[in-house]
Amino acid sequence: MADMKVAAYICQGCGLGDRLDTAALAGVAKKEGKAALVREHEFLCNAEGVKMIRDDIANEAVTHVMIGACSRRAKTEAFGFTDVAVSRANLREGVIWCQPETDEARETTQEMAEDYIRMGCAEVKKMTLPEGNPAAVTERTVLVVGGGVSGMTAALEASKAGYKVVLVEKSGALGGWAAKLYKRSPGKSPYAEPQDTPVADMDAAIAADANIKVYLNAITSKTSGSPGKFEIEISTESGSTATEKVGAIIQATGFSLYDANNLPELGFGKSANVVDQAGLEALAKAANGGAIKRPSDGGEVKTVVFVQCAGQRDDTGKHLPYCSGSCCSTSVKQAMYFKDSNPDIDTVVIYTDLRMPGNGEDFYRSGQNKGVIFTKGKVSSVEASGNQCKVNFHDLILNDQTAIDNADLVVLATGQVPNSGVDIDTKLKADIAAAAGDNSLLKAYNASQVEGAVQPISVLNLTYRQGPDVPQLKYGFTDSHFICFPYETRRTGIYSAGPVRRPMDMVQAMEDATGAAMKAIQAVENAGLGRAAHPRSGDLSFPKVRLEGCTQCKRCTVECPFGAIDEDEKRFPVFNESRCRRCGTCMGACPVRVISFENYSIDTVGSQLKAVDVPDEFSEKPRILILACENDAYPALDMAAMNRNVYSAFVRIIPVRCLGSVNTIWINDALSSGYDGVMMMGCKHGDDYQCHFVKGSELASYRMSKIGDTLKQMGLEEERVATFEVAITDIERVPQLINDYAAKIQEIGMSPLKGF
Amino acid sequence: MSEKYHNNFLKEVEEMVEEGEWVKMCMQCGVCAGSCPLGPHWAHPPQEIFMMIRAGKREEVLRSDSMWMCTSCYNCVVRCPRKLPITHIMHGLANYAHRLGLSPKNQPTQQFATLFWNNLAQTGRVNELKLSLGIYFKDGFAQGVKNAMAMQSVGLGMVKAKRLNPMELFGGHGVKDKAGFHAMLKKAREIEDRRKNFA
Ligand code: SF4
Ligand code: SF4
Ligand code: SF4
Ligand code: SF4
Repeated sequence: MADMKVAAYICQGCGLGDRLDTAALAGVAKKEGKAALVREHEFLCNAEGVKMIRDDIANEAVTHVMIGACSRRAKTEAFGFTDVAVSRANLREGVIWCQPETDEARETTQEMAEDYIRMGCAEVKKMTLPEGNPAAVTERTVLVVGGGVSGMTAALEASKAGYKVVLVEKSGALGGWAAKLYKRSPGKSPYAEPQDTPVADMDAAIAADANIKVYLNAITSKTSGSPGKFEIEISTESGSTATEKVGAIIQATGFSLYDANNLPELGFGKSANVVDQAGLEALAKAANGGAIKRPSDGGEVKTVVFVQCAGQRDDTGKHLPYCSGSCCSTSVKQAMYFKDSNPDIDTVVIYTDLRMPGNGEDFYRSGQNKGVIFTKGKVSSVEASGNQCKVNFHDLILNDQTAIDNADLVVLATGQVPNSGVDIDTKLKADIAAAAGDNSLLKAYNASQVEGAVQPISVLNLTYRQGPDVPQLKYGFTDSHFICFPYETRRTGIYSAGPVRRPMDMVQAMEDATGAAMKAIQAVENAGLGRAAHPRSGDLSFPKVRLEGCTQCKRCTVECPFGAIDEDEKRFPVFNESRCRRCGTCMGACPVRVISFENYSIDTVGSQLKAVDVPDEFSEKPRILILACENDAYPALDMAAMNRNVYSAFVRIIPVRCLGSVNTIWINDALSSGYDGVMMMGCKHGDDYQCHFVKGSELASYRMSKIGDTLKQMGLEEERVATFEVAITDIERVPQLINDYAAKIQEIGMSPLKGF
Repeated sequence: MSEKYHNNFLKEVEEMVEEGEWVKMCMQCGVCAGSCPLGPHWAHPPQEIFMMIRAGKREEVLRSDSMWMCTSCYNCVVRCPRKLPITHIMHGLANYAHRLGLSPKNQPTQQFATLFWNNLAQTGRVNELKLSLGIYFKDGFAQGVKNAMAMQSVGLGMVKAKRLNPMELFGGHGVKDKAGFHAMLKKAREIEDRRKNFA
């Protein structure tokens, strides 16, 4: 690369010229920021302003551009120069819009702006233009694991979009759960009658589709590589193995019914006339529209009782704690099997809450209209006697301990258990704790791995060092970013769709699969261009590691939320660029700070915080560093400013990719250079996380929980470092948080470390 | 005999009770029970009545005085998310219970309704004076005098405002064609009985 030449541009538009002394800012950029070229412009983002910058790049050999104008989130197109490194000093949202327009405030407002200019200049000098990965390749084929309705939908949608598909199904036929159904709950208006399943049509469409290659009786016995270049080994029952190269993967392995054998109190296994929903579908299929017979003796069925939430929404810890969201609708449908063949058959659905997602409410009404009796109650037991059963239950409306004595058939709605493979999370959590010096979890994990214990079978058999399957969130469902990126697993380029991700019905599963197919296609294309997937879509930078300095501590490998890092034989980290989401968590984790990005590094942030002018102890002007997540906290701050919500003039804000990318050296540096406090703002973590990188903010708070010792060593109060969970909607709360924190700093007093 | 949680009684209600075919459509949300101004005063709010019908509690429903408590304010009908004509069903149930002779004996609403009907059916016009007196004296002479004294000022006010004619005590007004009116009522009842299979 040619010699670095920094140019700084200061905008006077949007009121900046009125509120700030831009000539002084230009002076700061020149003298302190050491910019070779400094220009002010009255309207920098207009065609003329942008052209001015362009000309400088072309004629003045400018390689680094610092723009002092609006937030980096604004005017991204105008200032989106792809041939130079660009930094932005946020003078508009970050200064004039969040500061009061008064004479008294003029001085501190100007100081704020000057600091941001210093920071912008310091940052850009440490950046280089991301070159991208010259080795980026991609295979325009999508692997779909699981041939149920979700998998078939994903395959057909990907093919329709022009991509090749490899579809792997464990059993001997496509269709999964849907193939076992006599009819399905309605998927289209008027949502009143059971419909034929789509299995036959989809099966035919797949057979006729030259883009889709189907493996039946087959499993994915090995998955290696990364997005764009996965290598898949497919083993078939006959013993043969095939190899396929694919660009992205969709896991649509569906669910199994919760085992009704766990429910002897509800009569399962004690009477042939107590069946689960699959059992009833089998009976209905056999009857094929005719009268469904009583299994025990082939007798006539006059009364059928449906027991909802059987072994579900359980708070005793014995059964499934969650609602499967689809079994109510299935019971309504199954009651109609009876009502449609003979309206005189009594069908009673005993539910605690009838949950009919989507347009299910219409279907429910249709069931009521057909005379299905719905009663809110909780079934305590089912007793078999002869060819009938007695269903004991508590009627919750009438508060009545009562029973239906003569049920010919009892159907248990048992719910969905995801087929998600091996739970690798327990091990991962244990590893993270162990890396931080706490071995108790690892011990417990190892103890649970006793020989002979049944271990679940892996679905994907990933060769990733992080484990053979995608991580799970809760109850065995695969983790997915349910707010922003619902099909996303924590393995880039691998998407999960359908009931393996969360309990759902067929309508939702088909939508899910379509969405996952689109995401898979995106992953395939991104991989080819060496670009990041969301939320840093299009980012060409990826972690570079200076292996000479690496101590093989493995923190990066363990903490990367996306399993992007493998280890070589010498236990050095190997970064898989196309698996990486550019969150920077590895950079935050590395104790020897050898990981960096071209446009984001220990130095880009470190030099910014050091560039700030920290007034002395007696100035009564404290300095508070805010490290704000660029996904939620930083936009919230920008929006707060748009609403002119004022906050303290003593804060200096640096956006970070994720709190996970915060390396403790920044905190140390800030405190030792005299900052009075550090606020970290990141997304909510926990089971209902909002962190865009899933684990980043959790890891950060884990790391920060250990920072107390450092503070003590430095002789500082604990409050000088504080972590906050901020949502993008917190535009009122965030200024309040800042002001409260500033007040607290005022209270504990200025840092004793100033001026060293 | 109606079996528990079987359709027998529900079917009976659907056939015999005005708007009874709506009962199966109730989704047990409880909005009616929460909306009814009389709610705290009845044993079973509409939601419960509908569930009792579905649970086959024939005797309990028909002998209940709950539906007699409905004042026809229509709060529930306005709010019911399933658009059940709850008020009409309440009256339909009361009427059905009454015709079967199962309704509670000294239920005041029922007594008033009977008085009102008999009063009206005589001449085709309501005789306010006789109606009021009928109510006052329904529990005996002494109580009647007490009631009449208590209501004295209201009565006098109504007389002054020409809403109550003391002369009505002696006969009172009526429709022109009384015989025709009676024939009409008789015919209506016949049609209804035939429709509902009453003997
Ligand atoms: S940037 Fe994030 S996704 Fe990429 S390797 Fe580092 S921790 Fe993993
Ligand atoms: S965290 Fe840093 S030192 Fe540790 S293995 Fe990774 S690169 Fe090496
Ligand atoms: S109409 Fe009758 S049942 Fe309905 S809210 Fe009014 S009083 Fe209650
Ligand atoms: S409001 Fe309507 S649906 Fe709700 S309980 Fe009452 S009658 Fe039933």
